Amino acid sequence: MSWALALMQTALFVAGAPLLAGWIKRVKCRLQNRRAPPVTQPYRDLVRLFRKELLLPEESSWLFRAAPYVIFGAMVLAAAVVPLVALRLPTAEIADVIVLVGFFALARFFQALAGMDIGTAFGGMGASREMTIASLAEPALLMAVFTLAMSAGTTDLSVAIERILGSGLVIRPSFVFAFFGLLLVAIAETGRIPVDNPATHLELTMIHEAMVLEYSGRHLALIEWASQIKFMIYAVLITNIFLPWGIAMGFGAGALALGAAAVTVKLAALAALLAVSETLLAKMRLFSVPQFLGFAYLLCLLGMLSHVILEVGG
Amino acid sequence: MTGLRGLDLTQQLILLLAALVLFTSFVMLAQSRLVGLVRVFAWQGVLLAVTTGLVAHVSGHAHLYISALLTLFLKGLLIPWILHRLVIRLGLERKREADANRTLVQLGGASLVIFSYYVALPAVQLSTLFTRNTIAVSLAVVLLGLLLMIVRRKAVSQVVGFMSMENGLFFAAVVATYGMPMVVELGIAFDVLVAAILFGVVFLQIRASIDSLDVDRLNRLNESEP
Repeated sequence: MSWALALMQTALFVAGAPLLAGWIKRVKCRLQNRRAPPVTQPYRDLVRLFRKELLLPEESSWLFRAAPYVIFGAMVLAAAVVPLVALRLPTAEIADVIVLVGFFALARFFQALAGMDIGTAFGGMGASREMTIASLAEPALLMAVFTLAMSAGTTDLSVAIERILGSGLVIRPSFVFAFFGLLLVAIAETGRIPVDNPATHLELTMIHEAMVLEYSGRHLALIEWASQIKFMIYAVLITNIFLPWGIAMGFGAGALALGAAAVTVKLAALAALLAVSETLLAKMRLFSVPQFLGFAYLLCLLGMLSHVILEVGG
Repeated sequence: MTGLRGLDLTQQLILLLAALVLFTSFVMLAQSRLVGLVRVFAWQGVLLAVTTGLVAHVSGHAHLYISALLTLFLKGLLIPWILHRLVIRLGLERKREADANRTLVQLGGASLVIFSYYVALPAVQLSTLFTRNTIAVSLAVVLLGLLLMIVRRKAVSQVVGFMSMENGLFFAAVVATYGMPMVVELGIAFDVLVAAILFGVVFLQIRASIDSLDVDRLNRLNESEP
């Protein structure tokens, strides 16, 4: 029963990710006075890409062909770990949040390898940029995770959220810092404005797009889908850790429906917030990204310190 | 978590505001534009005033309301306004300050926080007030102000660092002992105000004599161009 629910939750996660991407695009278009595509547009794009012919570069090896499946697989497994609608699911108990960070690293590693495999200038450049950003973002992400783990006394996401829920409304300075730190990391890691612009193919600025430039057909569809799932994982992490109210504690139909409705509302609100910030901000220079991530790291570090200084003693 | 759950919401809010005061100190270290620096300093003053007001509300010390109002008026509005006007008058509002490696400075700041936590531990154990944990934070604000004075070259930033140190001391007095006697507090507040005005005069003097506010130039004794 619980395994079936876990599978269903993961399926919902994977199927819902393009919808979140479509929703952000729609809000953003509205804010910028453009005509918005329908919310289901990412699904149509994925279907179109799956139907298209697969073209492989002449120089590519098996690595180039295997990478999309590895990336997509890692993201699906990562999505299984994150509590979306209900807590205490068996998949969440197998792996904790550090494994989640590991899945991200695995996917990134293969993406960078695939970018370098074809030997084009863009692939190598994109891979090097992606790794530069990741090497700065990952410590900040882990620091935010440790802040959460120290407050909740565990690295298991499901148990941690349950404990946060159980302690009621407590204003924790550490969580305020960790929230903003995690938000900045999420923006950098999922390649949103102001760090990267997923809608551009300008060679001076692109990071993620440079690596996947040679992909086509179903490979490209899998990679795009994986990055949508990654974005959704970050969004769910942020909303469910810092605003866990509404998530289903039991497996009853009512609790599950309430959990699904709550997470939908929270994700829609977070995505709208992100769309507003993307409309207000301009993309920053690549060389100021380290400063941006340094600030994210500082926020997470301050979260940890304020937990130790202000919250433990006493 | 156990420490926080024993407090009510207002007390938790005070701890959050204390953490935000510390955060503004870090933002000041990161800020390279003088106008932005002065603005963040004003925010620190406002946060300090709100914290003092809340401490007054929780502890029931009426004189703290007066110091909260004084802080809001002097450190949140008047002194930032004087500094802002000075920056505009000296024509520095578009200048960016090239300072040392900013990430390194911020990590240094973080280690100062850890150091002040370590130093304040014995004092924390002696106190019974619920704000005792913020003593380390106030000490850290003092040290971060000092760090700002060390790493910056422009005289205006150094003055902001100095004022931020004073903020830290005031904060320490509020959270450690629920404020100093009113006479002392009034004296310090007006001293700081006078200092802000005097610094303005000194800025103009420095600029008139070395044609820049870069205090590193004061080290040179000859008159040749760099």
